[in-house]
Amino acid sequence: MKSFNYHSASTVAEATGLASKASAYLSGGMTMIPSMKMRLASYKDVIDVKKIKQLHGIKVSSKSVTIGAATKHAEVAQSKEIKKAIPALCTLAGKIGDAQVRNRGTLGGSIANNDPTACYPSACLALNAIIHTSERKIEAAKFFTGMFETALKKGELIVAVEFSIPEKSSYVKFPNPASRYAMVGVFVAKHKAGVQVAVTGAKAGIYREKAIEQALDKNFSEKALDNIIIDSSDLNSDIHASADYRASLIISSAKQAVAHCK
Amino acid sequence: MKSVTLEVNGKKVTKTIEDHLLLSSFIREQLNLTGTHVGCDTSQCGACVVHVDGKSVKSCTLLAADIDGSAVTTIEGLSTNGELHPMQAAFKKHHGLQCGFCTPGMIMSSVDLLNNNKNPSDAEIREWLEGNICRCTGYQNIVAAVKEAAQNS
Repeated sequence: MKSFNYHSASTVAEATGLASKASAYLSGGMTMIPSMKMRLASYKDVIDVKKIKQLHGIKVSSKSVTIGAATKHAEVAQSKEIKKAIPALCTLAGKIGDAQVRNRGTLGGSIANNDPTACYPSACLALNAIIHTSERKIEAAKFFTGMFETALKKGELIVAVEFSIPEKSSYVKFPNPASRYAMVGVFVAKHKAGVQVAVTGAKAGIYREKAIEQALDKNFSEKALDNIIIDSSDLNSDIHASADYRASLIISSAKQAVAHCK
Repeated sequence: MKSVTLEVNGKKVTKTIEDHLLLSSFIREQLNLTGTHVGCDTSQCGACVVHVDGKSVKSCTLLAADIDGSAVTTIEGLSTNGELHPMQAAFKKHHGLQCGFCTPGMIMSSVDLLNNNKNPSDAEIREWLEGNICRCTGYQNIVAAVKEAAQNS
């Protein structure tokens, strides 16, 4: 790892004040530190944001669940308040990486990284999340712009993520047995206004599977997906799974998600 | 350079370290506590698991500067007055190891499991140990050891 200056910020203003073209924010570091160790990334300044109070805390209202960006996966997985409002979020957080990763990795770090196989982006998209940053509020649909890319500007810091509470929802992941990232992960959310289905791990980035949404809008049941065919032409194909296999996983995961929706 | 104070296995240590020093290197090279192993160095294998403020973490993926002021427990800190911790004793009894390289991480991770779940099922043990890889003997005896430690503690 190349050397850098480590800073620990105690307020959002202090963190953004330290930011430059050669800096990066550090939260759990579960992707960032390995990337720096492999010299895929290097920075002059590393700005730790975990001690900023504003980035912590869970607020549940009648319409939404707002989670501080530095909240760890293990905290979300074990949160009784979140479990009451959106149990699928607890399931999702409890299946990320392994126990040690969940004890360090954070919500804000996960979505800022926007790994195409990460779990949290699917929840953001299916639950119409609003990403609160140091500068503005960004809708999830406009936040995830491409593989490892987001709408965040240089120095912009995620403060919290606000998820809208659906009638019911469920997340089903088919993990890669070695990395435990999603080979395919499907988040199904049934909102009053309609069903939203976000898929991770299958393409270059997170996306909504409209064919499944339309079928579930008409009939919210596993059977409604029996005759759906997923176009596999732009699905990932690699040593772990072919595009056709991933297409099949999307349907079977979506069916399981519908069956377990609560 | 940063001055970092940690409580390691109950003892306060203050060292001036490079900002980018990993916790695993701090423990092994600065404190000479070589029971914490570095296997893959890419946060996959879990040989480097220690506890920071009571929670299991991978010390090869953590900056020492990041945890200034925290309490760290390594494998060397588990036994009391020369008596093995119940988890260490159970691994010994059930031969939950072959070469022993992964064992410190397996034990530190398993102790954290029992802190979270006093009576885990086989499936829960296997799921919890997903982040710890053994390449010798398989997991059967490890699971048996964790089960017995759960009963004894």
